[in-house]
Amino acid sequence: MRKMLNTLYVTTQGAYLHKEGETVVVQVDKENKLRLPVITLSSIVCFGNVLCSPFLLGHCAENDVAVSFMTEYGRFLARVQGPVSGNVLLRREQYRRADCDRSSAELARMFVLGKVANARTILQRGLRDHGAKAPAEGLDQACRQLAHYSKRLLQEDDLESIRGVEGRTARDYFDQFDSLIVTRKQDFVFSGRNRRPPRDRVNCLLSFVYALLYHDTRSALETVGLDPAVGFLHRDRPGRLSLALDLMEEFRPFLADRLVLSLINLGQVKNKGFEVTASGAVRMDDETRKTVLVAYQKRKQEEIEHPFLQEKIPVGMLVFAQAQLLSRYLRSDLDAYPPFLWR
Amino acid sequence: MYHEADYIMLSALQHYLFCPRQCALIHLEQQWAENRFTAEGRILHERADSSKNERKGSVLIVRTLPISSARLGLAGQADVVEFHDDGTVFPVEYKRGRPKKDHSDEVQLCAQALCLEEMLQLDIPAGALFYGQKKRRKEIAFDPALRQLTEQVCRAVHELISGQRTPAAVFDQKCEQCSLLQVCMPKGCTEQRSVSRYLIRMLEGER
Repeated sequence: MRKMLNTLYVTTQGAYLHKEGETVVVQVDKENKLRLPVITLSSIVCFGNVLCSPFLLGHCAENDVAVSFMTEYGRFLARVQGPVSGNVLLRREQYRRADCDRSSAELARMFVLGKVANARTILQRGLRDHGAKAPAEGLDQACRQLAHYSKRLLQEDDLESIRGVEGRTARDYFDQFDSLIVTRKQDFVFSGRNRRPPRDRVNCLLSFVYALLYHDTRSALETVGLDPAVGFLHRDRPGRLSLALDLMEEFRPFLADRLVLSLINLGQVKNKGFEVTASGAVRMDDETRKTVLVAYQKRKQEEIEHPFLQEKIPVGMLVFAQAQLLSRYLRSDLDAYPPFLWR
Repeated sequence: MYHEADYIMLSALQHYLFCPRQCALIHLEQQWAENRFTAEGRILHERADSSKNERKGSVLIVRTLPISSARLGLAGQADVVEFHDDGTVFPVEYKRGRPKKDHSDEVQLCAQALCLEEMLQLDIPAGALFYGQKKRRKEIAFDPALRQLTEQVCRAVHELISGQRTPAAVFDQKCEQCSLLQVCMPKGCTEQRSVSRYLIRMLEGER
């Protein structure tokens, strides 16, 4: 089994990262604050004004450590890429299938299927755990809708209708999302998804965790030699990593939404940890960001049985396992791509 | 005769004998993952590589010698080749661990000898394998049977690479020691494991 490697998140403004031997050293105000062997890392994510020495960047590229730069608020800015790795035959196959509507549809429906089925599990668990507190009727109705659509997707082979199902079920799901927030209702109100910019605390949390997930799916795809920019459900658009977005779909409910819900419901994030700006955009403060990162890292260390491989793996390895299964499907080792289905 | 562009790596022969799928994963799909075994092997080789040529009495010891064969379409490096003053050329290959049950180490060493024979235009009757764990040399005679096996494996690897298809996985006990276990997914990628059945199990077999 591949080692579960850590992501180093650097949020301290003005931090300087450099290489000393085989280790990465984090310096703040000319003082060494942290020293980690590069081989224990799978990626480094720098938020805001964080500097990295070129030698560290080169060393990371050589050791398959992904380095990304985000704004202080988690918007993705850039990443450092080493020499193109992986296999040209695999990438060509990926492009060929992405060029074909039929083949794209086959994959797109699996990504959507994963998203819909896992979104349903979220609603179902909400119904089970706090059905009494939440308006159960709407939840129950939405659950049945999503179940209906996940079965319908198995027969769907038209790309446009698959995208239609995706949009519809996302609406059904997010219509119920607010009822899954059972504590601190007055502070954490969710009235639909918005992102540019997020206009409430829940959306602010969701956007941030989605950005982390985006980073993880991108690295996983690059690790197995796939081109993260060429997707099947998402169309090509310069600057967008469509395949990373595709692969993210099945993980949004399980990894991101669930995390956001438990951060709120368990009171780990507080009302005052957010700033509402003059424009109505909502930002989180450093403390809250740190809380979210720690919770995300912790979640990734939990173990879960992979439903298809039927092997125990850390949650953080799931995206790698799925990227691997995707490449095995593209290489015709599997009869279809098995999305990660959580129950 | 092969074109230089189509040469395969000497190490591919050994990978093929261990498992044809492993060979395809490494040499066709270009996937590599390190585990304890490969890391130990690499360190052992790095140590052998770092030292320079030296003369011990009547023997010149040359390390990391680039070798190839156009006839077999092979290229790679020999860890150590001893050039004796009497004209004998004697390849030595370093291996971590202990002697294996299969013939993969012998085949790799024999392939080195075949390369050297072609490059130097002479006969090489024998060589040796050095096992790190036992710290002992095992002398290997390049008899007709071993030569034949080596050539046969060369052809099989060329066919595998030019066919551009990775063989299906077969789960076996030895998979546990393979560093590519997670890339290969031998339990997930067998013919019995069907995705449609998985979907039905997950979606229909509801609570």
